[in-house]
Amino acid sequence: MVLFLAGPIAYCAYIAFTDLQLTGQAESSFVGFDNFTAAFRDDAFLNAVRLTLVFTFLSSIVGQNTLGLALAALMQRASKPVRTVTGAVVVTAWVLPEVVAGFLLYAFFRREGTLNAILDWLHLPSQNWLFTLPILAVSFANVWRGTAFSMLVYSAALSEIPKEVTESAEVDGANSWQRLWHITLPMIRRSIGTNLMLNTLQTLSVFGLIWVMTRGGPGNRSQTLPLFMYEQAFQKSMIGYGTAVALLLLVVGSLFSLVYMRLLRTEA
Amino acid sequence: MRPTAPLLVATALLAAGTLTACGGDSGSDSNTIKVSFKQSTDNQIKVMDTYLAAMKKQFEKANPGKKVELVPIKAPDSEYYTKLQQMLRSPKTAPDLVYEDTFLINSDITSGYLRPLDTYLDKWSDWDQFIDTAKTAAKAQDGKTYGVPDGTDTRGLWYDKAILATAGIATPWQPKTWDEVLDAARAIKKKVPGVTPLNVYSGKPNGEAATMQGFEMLLYGTEGADSADPLYDKSSNKWIAGSKAFKDSLEFVETVFKEKLGPDVSDALDPNLATSVRGELLPEGKLGINLDGSWLPQDWLKGSGHEWPEWSDKLGLAHMPTQHGQAPGKVSMSGGWTWAIPAKSANPDLAFDFVKTMQTKANAQRWYIANSGIAVRKDVAADPAYVKAQPGIKFFTDLVASTHYRPAYPAYPKVSTAIQEAMESVTTGDASVDEAASTYDEQLKTAADGKVVSKP
Repeated sequence: MVLFLAGPIAYCAYIAFTDLQLTGQAESSFVGFDNFTAAFRDDAFLNAVRLTLVFTFLSSIVGQNTLGLALAALMQRASKPVRTVTGAVVVTAWVLPEVVAGFLLYAFFRREGTLNAILDWLHLPSQNWLFTLPILAVSFANVWRGTAFSMLVYSAALSEIPKEVTESAEVDGANSWQRLWHITLPMIRRSIGTNLMLNTLQTLSVFGLIWVMTRGGPGNRSQTLPLFMYEQAFQKSMIGYGTAVALLLLVVGSLFSLVYMRLLRTEA
Repeated sequence: MRPTAPLLVATALLAAGTLTACGGDSGSDSNTIKVSFKQSTDNQIKVMDTYLAAMKKQFEKANPGKKVELVPIKAPDSEYYTKLQQMLRSPKTAPDLVYEDTFLINSDITSGYLRPLDTYLDKWSDWDQFIDTAKTAAKAQDGKTYGVPDGTDTRGLWYDKAILATAGIATPWQPKTWDEVLDAARAIKKKVPGVTPLNVYSGKPNGEAATMQGFEMLLYGTEGADSADPLYDKSSNKWIAGSKAFKDSLEFVETVFKEKLGPDVSDALDPNLATSVRGELLPEGKLGINLDGSWLPQDWLKGSGHEWPEWSDKLGLAHMPTQHGQAPGKVSMSGGWTWAIPAKSANPDLAFDFVKTMQTKANAQRWYIANSGIAVRKDVAADPAYVKAQPGIKFFTDLVASTHYRPAYPAYPKVSTAIQEAMESVTTGDASVDEAASTYDEQLKTAADGKVVSKP
């Protein structure tokens, strides 16, 4: 493993410090931290960082996580047929290839798409979602596609909670909110941390879904870091700069991981 | 445990070895040439495959013992460039002959990917048949020529005769100024509901089409653009920032979308707009005026999937006027593709022999007609059989005399992206013309590595 990975990884790290281009230059040279300083001066890069944070926060931390927990909690109480159907639907969305899911949601959101047809039918104003609110549309798409993972993690976690504990709380007169807050959440704290970490790292690197739906547009209103990276490296041929941005994305990912690690360690 | 440097180097080499091994060896067999070309992503379209197969047959018959191996790359334009550049980087994977877009050729020349062809061209009598503008399409800043053009294209206004008639505009229509184009669009908007009055490609999703079919068709028609390039100052070898011509062109784009004369903004920024213009909007009579290229009919020929034999009755052609009708009165941009020989080719001499076979008068003519291309050979352009082969050929071939080539220097692809971004921000209304122009000036400094000069 190390043998196959170390070489390319080392080479990538090296490229990030050069001004290598795919075309348009006679030879590349070592430029130190220029790519990184250029990135922080580049409005388009800062915009991509902002959008990546918005996308990750909305679709992973808020969307997939809470919805996954809610679904898991509901399924605990639901009858078997309901459980089976819900589980099948949610998991189907998750196992679909990214590109297929992207096209499905493109068809759902586009101006002549399903969502607007439903809104028209309800006599609500329809609009072109992919154009007016692209980052929300792709965030929703990511929630739709990725919730299953959180649901499975939380289902497993909830089934681990011993019945006696919740029952005795009920006898002591705790209502369902209090039970959730004081018993359930603390008991599945580790699962929450693990789930958040995996979710976040996955969401940070989503490319295909956004590419199919909006290509990062209109303008660059849904251009998250992976799309920005692709544009710089392969559409503008600036391989060095693109690779530097990739390393910065890695840094963003590790920052999130660090925060979650701390959360996991502190005792509630 | 930190891996030591020698180990790292060894693994890197190993990895590189395994990676390139997948590419296969070009095998420096002196009797075979490998020819790379862009295969259409549409499985129905085999124009180039068919033509090259015929050329291969001819060549192998005339040169016993020599072989041509065709290496198609099936990809959209932008990905084709990337793939090709990666192949050109190593002698192991470099083909002997490549199909290069004039849009990128200078960029690839600077990278040292291609070899100059002057020694071959000097000994090739047919080269004199090529028109001068086409010869310069693949001429680099070092004065050497790196590619043989296999045709070119021009651009103009396609209009729907029925829609113009309903709007009360007499046909054949020929606007003399930008304002007349806009006035016609305004008349259509007022009197013909349910159609798009005027299409001008704009924004990043449309890529080079926005820059060339849209913006440059305007920019090169501004005052003084005919004598001096409005994008690139040849005397100082610098890119031009802050010009009035640039803002005027942006203003035209802004007007089109502000007054809702163009497609709905979200459609205008849909990467599939060009496909729907050719496949749906024009054939279904839903588009009044379209600023577009000479190649459109290739989609409407027999067996093309969108057969539309009536197009020449339904549509009219007008050349794009200059801004205020100043001389020469019309504007066109031209691009096109060339055959080039990679620097790392193992068989350059044989590769050029194959170019000569493809570019005989008869073979060149056959190719121009097959792909709705515009002739770059004088003898073909004058041949009645070519002129009559398709409606529209004469109109677009005549434009070659007053066409402009892009300043396709190495920085051009990045400059082009900056132009698309400026267009996009006035299209969406996110920025005013002045704001968009000053953003462009900023981006230009990066794209051109500081080689920028301000012109009023």
